[in-house]
Amino acid sequence: MVDCILAGVGGQGTVLASKIIAEAAMAKGYKARTAETIGMAQRGGCVVSHVRIGNDIHSPLIPHKTADIIIGFEPAEAVRCLPYLKDTGVIIVNQKAVKPVTASLSDSDYDGSEMLLFLRSQVENLKIVDGEAICSACGSPKVLNIALLGAAVATGSLLISYADLERTIRAKLPSRVLAMNLQALSLGVEYD
Amino acid sequence: MAQELLMGNQAIAMGAIRAGVRIVTGYPGTPSTEILETIAARNPGHIYVEWSVNEKAALEVAAGAAYTGVRSMVTMKQVGLNVASDPLMSLVYIGVKGGMVIVVADDPGPISSQTEQDTRHFAIFAKLPVFDPSSPEEAYLMIEDAFAYSEKHNTPVLFRPTTRVCHGSASINLEDNIALKKPEGFVKDPKWSIFPRLSYQNHLLIEARQPVLAEDFSSYRFNSILGSGKKGIATGGISYAYTKEALTMLSAECRLLKVSTPHPFPEKLALEFLQAVDEVLVVEELDPVIEKELIFLCGKHHLNVKINGKLTHHIQNAGENTVESVSQAVAEFMSITAMAREEHPVLPELPVRPPVLCAGCPHRASFYAVKKAMRGRRSIFSGDIGCYTLGNASPLNMVDTCLCMGAGITIAQGLERAEPGVKHFAFVGDSTFFHSGITGVINAVYNETDIVLVVLDNSTTAMTGHQPHPGTGRTMMGNIAEKISISDVITALGVKYVTTCNPFDLEKAVKTVKEAAEHEGIAAIIFEAPCIAITKPSPLYAVDEDKCTDCRICIKELGCPALITADDKVFIEPALCYGCSICAQVCPFDAIGGVD
Repeated sequence: MVDCILAGVGGQGTVLASKIIAEAAMAKGYKARTAETIGMAQRGGCVVSHVRIGNDIHSPLIPHKTADIIIGFEPAEAVRCLPYLKDTGVIIVNQKAVKPVTASLSDSDYDGSEMLLFLRSQVENLKIVDGEAICSACGSPKVLNIALLGAAVATGSLLISYADLERTIRAKLPSRVLAMNLQALSLGVEYD
Repeated sequence: MAQELLMGNQAIAMGAIRAGVRIVTGYPGTPSTEILETIAARNPGHIYVEWSVNEKAALEVAAGAAYTGVRSMVTMKQVGLNVASDPLMSLVYIGVKGGMVIVVADDPGPISSQTEQDTRHFAIFAKLPVFDPSSPEEAYLMIEDAFAYSEKHNTPVLFRPTTRVCHGSASINLEDNIALKKPEGFVKDPKWSIFPRLSYQNHLLIEARQPVLAEDFSSYRFNSILGSGKKGIATGGISYAYTKEALTMLSAECRLLKVSTPHPFPEKLALEFLQAVDEVLVVEELDPVIEKELIFLCGKHHLNVKINGKLTHHIQNAGENTVESVSQAVAEFMSITAMAREEHPVLPELPVRPPVLCAGCPHRASFYAVKKAMRGRRSIFSGDIGCYTLGNASPLNMVDTCLCMGAGITIAQGLERAEPGVKHFAFVGDSTFFHSGITGVINAVYNETDIVLVVLDNSTTAMTGHQPHPGTGRTMMGNIAEKISISDVITALGVKYVTTCNPFDLEKAVKTVKEAAEHEGIAAIIFEAPCIAITKPSPLYAVDEDKCTDCRICIKELGCPALITADDKVFIEPALCYGCSICAQVCPFDAIGGVD
């Protein structure tokens, strides 16, 4: 049984990423349950997806201190979800901050670095990913979700393998964006 | 039989298809929208699907269809039922021939809604059966039961999922479709026309039906009593899932009453539960519906059972339940002290991230043009429901009022009558204009009210995920339809001053607003520019570092998420920019330009 939280900002592709994890797990014979943020928050607000893999799960929401892994699409959003992480849990986090309009307007110097420092001080199993570099190597900012999935699957804490993920991505994504997403997946898996 | 990962809304749609639904109507609204979209996407070919102009129209179309004996379904969010309540209340008295299911999605939280109203109350008010699924899997099976009950009792039935069921996904075993029955067709009969005498007679029948349904529901497959013990928990809907999770986490056992049909209340089953326990905790979201039914039963049957819940402040009265909130209440109820209060690290101050208009959104340009044109003149800006409600945020601050669908146009008229010295603007989106804006415009024309109507026409229903509407020229059956011109409609309603303008031409847009504001009586401006989600980005813009003085006027005036400061410099995030050019038009130093 695996509990996985995906946390990001509306528009970063968390919903698709959570579906891919759940479908890849189902293809391996597991049952899956997810809960998504859909609606107003998708316009640049905080979005959190809960993915639960296992056969005897009731709640679509993951209880606090239970998540095996948090995939943070943005540093502060990973921190916001920290109460969900179990003590031995893993965090994969994209290093680039998404500065909210409220921060730009108030002249706040939020750039995510203090969030990464905080995560370093709290989480032993932490991997910070330069998602921006992977995206520019693949030629599109839209592959961030798949790159992070790659980094997450490489930790071995998702019950699914690189090959499982690749198979689901091939089945799910339209052919015109497939090549760049597979490249992002492999760069995410290899990211060190 | 195939297994698929389906969202609750998709599960409801697949269940309805399996149940042989033939006519599906609705109006988009979070969290209900994907039900109708899935019917359209997975249509085996025999189902007619439409986005109706509003929920009242949708319910009436579905009712007319059900008069012939076909199975019909109508979908909406909880506030949509307020709009559809007029036909609903009468339809209860008339009844249906084919099964008719009214799916109304509630939104505890609320996450994307203006109210936390509880549709179970509507069921009690209307005297209609209501089904309340606790998971997507259950929703898939339960929707078929809803059709069966509807047909058996010749009444429409309500089906009320909540956000966490609608937008939660689960592994679902899809079964083969059931055979489609051939409908009898419409048979002329006085029973289809409502008259006081008929209403009286049918009222007697409705009252007689209630206990029959309650008896039926006591043995319904998704109502149950589990476990044992003198302490009991009564729950339903998604709270059942949280309760099960909490009991597992706490390794606790108790008697559990699950109510999937809150109305008519399964009295016999509930009585069996109450007679076996000393004390009850009721775990539900929104209003204390199950709780009050149990208290009523205790009174009716002289039972000495203590009922805890919302009325005793053991469960929160507002907002959605979570596993944590339910665990805590259950632990307290079961006197489990083992559950130490959670200890969390103190988190650093997190950035506030309210939802905002997208970078490149035409609404930002429209709001900014009005704001600029009216600078220095007292004006009140009435908003409405849609993406453009987000125009309320700083730095635009352009939504002074927002109430419900279509209300902006009429609220502005009330404000104008009370404060005639002020200039009153009413903003309305294209889909909302068709939904319930038109009558408000007629009201202003007829009563000669001096307001400026601003239609923000982005050629789609954006907030709910880009559904077509009467102005788009497309239907859910994939047909090309007559495009209804908003400008022509407003002109035909008698508005003498109607003008159309591209909001991204800032200078012209400001001039247009100033002229319209000078007009006495109702004046209308239609700002036409498509939503960025349905267009390709234009060439992007960038800041010329040499020319930028770091005055930050662009940020302070527009609040565009693509305008970012880093190392004391303003720059444009290329991943977000849509090339709308408004920042370049606002920059006093000509420091922002298009990139090739």
